Amino acid sequence: MQSYAWILLAAPLLGFALNGAFGRRLSRSQVSAIGCGAIGVAFVVALLCYAQLLGWTGHDQATRGNFNYYTWAGSGALKIQAGMLIDPLSVTMLLVVTGVGFLIHVYSIGYMHDDPDYSRFFAYMNLFLFSMLMLVLANNFLFLLIGWGLVGLSSYLLIGFWYYNVSAVLAARKALIMNVIGDVGIMLAIFTMFRQWGDISYSGVFARAATYKSGDHIITAICLLLLVGALAKSAQIPLHTWLPDAMEGPTPVSALIHAATMVTAGVYLIARCHVLYDLSPFSAGLVACIGAATAVVAATIALVQTDIKRVLAYSTMSQIGYMFLGVGVGAYSSGMFHLVTHAFFKALLFMGAGSVIHALGGEQDLRKMGALRSRLPKTYLVFTIGVLAIAGVPPLAGFWSKDEILAHAYALNDWHVVLWAMGMITAGMTVFYMFRLWYLAFHGRSRLDKEVAGHLHESPTSMLVPMYVLSVLAVVGGFLQTPFWGGLHEFLRPVMDHLPDRAYTLLPAPWDRDVDFQWGAFAILLVLIATGWFLARDLYHQGPRSQRDIPAAALPLYTFFSHKWYFDELYHVLFEVPVYALATLSWRWVDRGLIDPIVNGVAAGVGSASDDLRPVESGYVRTYALALVVGVLLVVGLAVAQR
Amino acid sequence: MIPYSAYLVVGAIMFTIGTVGVLIRRDPLIIFMSVEMMLNAVNLTLVAISRQLRSMDGQIFVFFVMTVAAAEVVIGLAIIVAIFRSRDSIDVDAISSMRG
Repeated sequence: MQSYAWILLAAPLLGFALNGAFGRRLSRSQVSAIGCGAIGVAFVVALLCYAQLLGWTGHDQATRGNFNYYTWAGSGALKIQAGMLIDPLSVTMLLVVTGVGFLIHVYSIGYMHDDPDYSRFFAYMNLFLFSMLMLVLANNFLFLLIGWGLVGLSSYLLIGFWYYNVSAVLAARKALIMNVIGDVGIMLAIFTMFRQWGDISYSGVFARAATYKSGDHIITAICLLLLVGALAKSAQIPLHTWLPDAMEGPTPVSALIHAATMVTAGVYLIARCHVLYDLSPFSAGLVACIGAATAVVAATIALVQTDIKRVLAYSTMSQIGYMFLGVGVGAYSSGMFHLVTHAFFKALLFMGAGSVIHALGGEQDLRKMGALRSRLPKTYLVFTIGVLAIAGVPPLAGFWSKDEILAHAYALNDWHVVLWAMGMITAGMTVFYMFRLWYLAFHGRSRLDKEVAGHLHESPTSMLVPMYVLSVLAVVGGFLQTPFWGGLHEFLRPVMDHLPDRAYTLLPAPWDRDVDFQWGAFAILLVLIATGWFLARDLYHQGPRSQRDIPAAALPLYTFFSHKWYFDELYHVLFEVPVYALATLSWRWVDRGLIDPIVNGVAAGVGSASDDLRPVESGYVRTYALALVVGVLLVVGLAVAQR
Repeated sequence: MIPYSAYLVVGAIMFTIGTVGVLIRRDPLIIFMSVEMMLNAVNLTLVAISRQLRSMDGQIFVFFVMTVAAAEVVIGLAIIVAIFRSRDSIDVDAISSMRG
């Protein structure tokens, strides 16, 4: 495995280098061949890793894939190995990242076809894949952080891809700042680990952490710091405001980075550090609460958005909230399961939205769509599958994963039942806003601009084929794991209940909590799906509603939701205004009032003094000679006089 | 025999003449000659004192002074020629572009 796993990183990096350096001189087909080929190679290597992993048994799966290539840096006690960890958890991520990534690269060939910066796009996409794989493959926290930072960078580059739009540049900046807050959290966590244990490799940290008692302050501190990173990357409250704005990027970017892979890195991080979170019930509870809160808040905002991509963006936040809820209640395999199925159907939905936007020449406003069903039948078909999958209609992918997370929250039998209820409400809202989008875009009367309607066209094959593949996955993906057959659960078991040299049995083990399939919850879910669907159909079947249709009692709520719970305004008041006030204060009083007079005073003093001294420098050699003579006479005279 | 002090007096007179020449004349060639006169006044003084103190140090200094003076004249004349070429004049008071 060690002999070929490095290709996983080398292939996308090479693709980035080639397209970045020579892309402008290559033809479009060459650029796409390099861009997609690099990811295709990575996918094949990921499959190889998976196959070899299957050949091992039990605990071997968790430990044998941990190898170092060389010592990257060392100083005193700190030795940082450039290595990889290929275990069931990272292989799951690898397959999703490279598989979905490859499909989205192929999709981009069609979507970005007319863009003048075609090669730059593929270079950035390959850079992103490289960073994401680095994040996933790291076997110590520093390399995780490097990947973590690099995905933030490539996300920034891709959000601001159309840099001539001011809004895109602002969105990119916002995303970068939010993500860097998270990076700092992880950095501090690493410092704490090193100070505490002198080791930052996964195996070392987890082995030492397992000797601590549950609820130890150090463990909790590390967990909370890591959580800051996870929240920023996964766009969870309170660090979520960047994700909706990130929709300024090209749609394949939204599909790959801001739906399927990068934003789920937080879930991966928590699942990876499950040893720590199992030891810190407070942090785990916080993760679950934040997840549930984000799920509800994002879903309410999604109810009233009119931009097709923004609805999907809030939906993504909401679904990641589910994943956080899952890993927060210790159901790591359920969280990862939802991550996988979500990657399938959300990438599919974004691709479908991209197909609509592509057909409409860039139009994203749902109010200007309608009746696309007959004009884009293929897109309609795959989009419908995506909507059904995310809505949780059995037996599509979303049903199984969402249901399992909720079942785990319920099974704890304590205050988590509140979170379960929030999850249920969110499930209902999800159905409503997805069908609202579906009706507004594909049904009702056509509200297209005349000009747009003229050149409406179905997407090219390169865009349709990846969507077909993903729609198949969105249908069957749920069977990775069902309440009756714990496929992914068993696959991840070696990672989750094994530690190299300590008996993990000392810890409370949520891993094997017995969760039966709950027919009651299933029934509630079905009712919610039906209600959501019928409400959406009733309200939006004809087309968008005007503000006048909203009952007066609900209007404040509508305003509240459509202003995104005033988070941006709150942050404006909390952070921007004080910083701006402080800056104004420093400028007006400290800089202009104090420092400027001092500096200018010194300058003016020197200036006036030199004005007086200027005539001394007459430029006449004779004057200087006279000065010399007088000086010598004075010195000699003094010397003589003193004798 | 000429007394030792006479040498010093002649040296002092020569040095003063040279100094005044440097200060009041405007022709660089004359200034150079004045400088040479000052140097030679010093040389004369050095030799006289060296003889008086029965030490060869002063006379060795004189050789140094003569060497430096020769070099200085070479460079100085070259500068004067260069100035003349660029300005068609060698009046030292006209060369005052470095004034403050």
